[in-house]
Amino acid sequence: MSLIAFLGAIETGLLFGIVALGVFISFRVLDFPDLTVDGSLPLGAATAATLIVNGMNPFAACLAAMAAGAAAGLVTAWLNVRLGILHLLASILTMIALYSVNLRVMGKPNQALLGEETVFTPFENMIDLPYYWVTPMVLLGIILLILILLNLFLSSEMGLGMRATGVNGRMAEAQGINTSTMKLTGIALSNAMVALAGALFAQIQGGADITMGVGVIVVGLAAVILGEATISTRTIILATIGCVVGSILYRVVVALALNADFIGLQAQDLKLVTAVLVVLAMTLPGARQKWAKRKSIKGA
Amino acid sequence: MMKKIFTAMMGAALLATSATAAFADSKTVKITSIVEHPALDAARKGVKDVLAENGYVDGKSLNWEFQSAQGDVGIAGQIAKKFVGAAPDVIVAIATPSAQAAVAAARGRIPVVFSAVTDPVSAKLVKQWEKPGGAVTGVSDMLPLEKHLGLITDALPHAKTVGVPYNPGETNAVVLVEGFKKIAESKGIKVVTASAPSSGDVLMAVRSLVGKVDAIYVTTDNTIVSAFESVVKVGMDAKIPVFAGDTGSVERGAAAALGFNYYDIGRQTGQIVLDILNGKKAGDINVQGVEKTNLHVNTESAAKMGLSLSDAMVKKAEKVVK
Repeated sequence: MSLIAFLGAIETGLLFGIVALGVFISFRVLDFPDLTVDGSLPLGAATAATLIVNGMNPFAACLAAMAAGAAAGLVTAWLNVRLGILHLLASILTMIALYSVNLRVMGKPNQALLGEETVFTPFENMIDLPYYWVTPMVLLGIILLILILLNLFLSSEMGLGMRATGVNGRMAEAQGINTSTMKLTGIALSNAMVALAGALFAQIQGGADITMGVGVIVVGLAAVILGEATISTRTIILATIGCVVGSILYRVVVALALNADFIGLQAQDLKLVTAVLVVLAMTLPGARQKWAKRKSIKGA
Repeated sequence: MMKKIFTAMMGAALLATSATAAFADSKTVKITSIVEHPALDAARKGVKDVLAENGYVDGKSLNWEFQSAQGDVGIAGQIAKKFVGAAPDVIVAIATPSAQAAVAAARGRIPVVFSAVTDPVSAKLVKQWEKPGGAVTGVSDMLPLEKHLGLITDALPHAKTVGVPYNPGETNAVVLVEGFKKIAESKGIKVVTASAPSSGDVLMAVRSLVGKVDAIYVTTDNTIVSAFESVVKVGMDAKIPVFAGDTGSVERGAAAALGFNYYDIGRQTGQIVLDILNGKKAGDINVQGVEKTNLHVNTESAAKMGLSLSDAMVKKAEKVVK
């Protein structure tokens, strides 16, 4: 694997680390399986790309993308909380609606950004390193900032309320927590983050495309679960760091799968190889623990 | 535990360096596609065939690698970076998202040849079709609208207005209608449009054209094509010949169509790749549109629509439906 490909995997891993953190909030903190992300990632990309092309500052465009993502999340949560539609179904409804919305936002299925100024441009001029170093470094900075803010939030009173809502909704309500507000806020926050990832993704990838969101939820979940398998979930800080590490591991696995031709695998086997490698990464720690236990029993 | 797995994976990642075959005069071509489906696969085959016919045989004088992003734009980006890292002679990218990812990753240092991209200028792959500059060029699969208009005026020399039913909600359709209007009006032919937002509206939309147009032209608009029988029915009832943008519609009753296939688009792309391997600069090669088209005619339908196709045209047709 070349350095560019390796750094590319790290870069994509960091980027989808933001998605993983979003999925972590909905899926793990709130226990709300939210498929909206398949629509909110391209929504963020579409919003940012369209605004940048129309002359908006790329940083402001990212904020606008986050607002759009939050709105999408609010719709899902509202369908669930106020209209009583099952959470999974509510999110699927928002997801399919977003397909049309995204087409409307861009006015076409693909909005190109090649050659436009992006949030990475000023850093490329500032940091004296080849471009393929700069993007991952900027993304690392962004994700560290998100990790700090997210951890502060999740240990605030509201964050604790949100965690209680996810663990035991009835008990939380009995304690005077407004679980509806928690769900609305949490899902909005989650999708705002996913949309931010979409906005950054479009700027790295050279454009927003209507098909961008396909399977994002799977990638996000894989990252969350990989993170849990490799890093302890004992504290919220470790769990959130785990999401990012899991996302990077997932991308390194994909990069490995892309290089699997030396063992006779071909392009069409990519998804299979990725799935197998993720399963291995998830089960190996457990298997090793078992093995170590058996050995210690034998030794005793 | 986590640390060990992490280091093991990173180590494996670095170890799996792609061993590039070091033939003295062999060339490396890396090709990627956003998904695998028959049209795009045919394009890929076209590229490979042209290279093989010109002495670049995979495994001998050619180091060929194909990666499919399997519909995942994130993976398309990773593939692009993998390719750029391997520094091949040419990167071929099929369909818009893959092409954008390749161009973003290559940054002008490796020639990128795109294929099957409908509008490479609005996709910002190139600035213009003629002498695009930089290190990007390729082949567009935009409908050959000028040839389509030519077909209509060949069959109906006295045609003054052409009716185009289309779905205004379909981006692809809007682009095609606007392009067709421009070309037709530059040749003094009026275009009357009728909008059909869903396939159920097609019949009414086409009926609204009766009395106003000399011919009806249907692009590759999914909504109109899915209700193509309605268009044919109106064409036969009102004796207005119907022309189509794809050859499949001829069997469903269009009088005639000039279609193209993706294998030929791939061959055109392969020719560009070949030129670059032989020393030409990508930026000096014009972006190409569809060159090879196949004429399909339906003599029975044409007669029912009051159009007698000339013997010359029928003779020229690759397929005649009777």
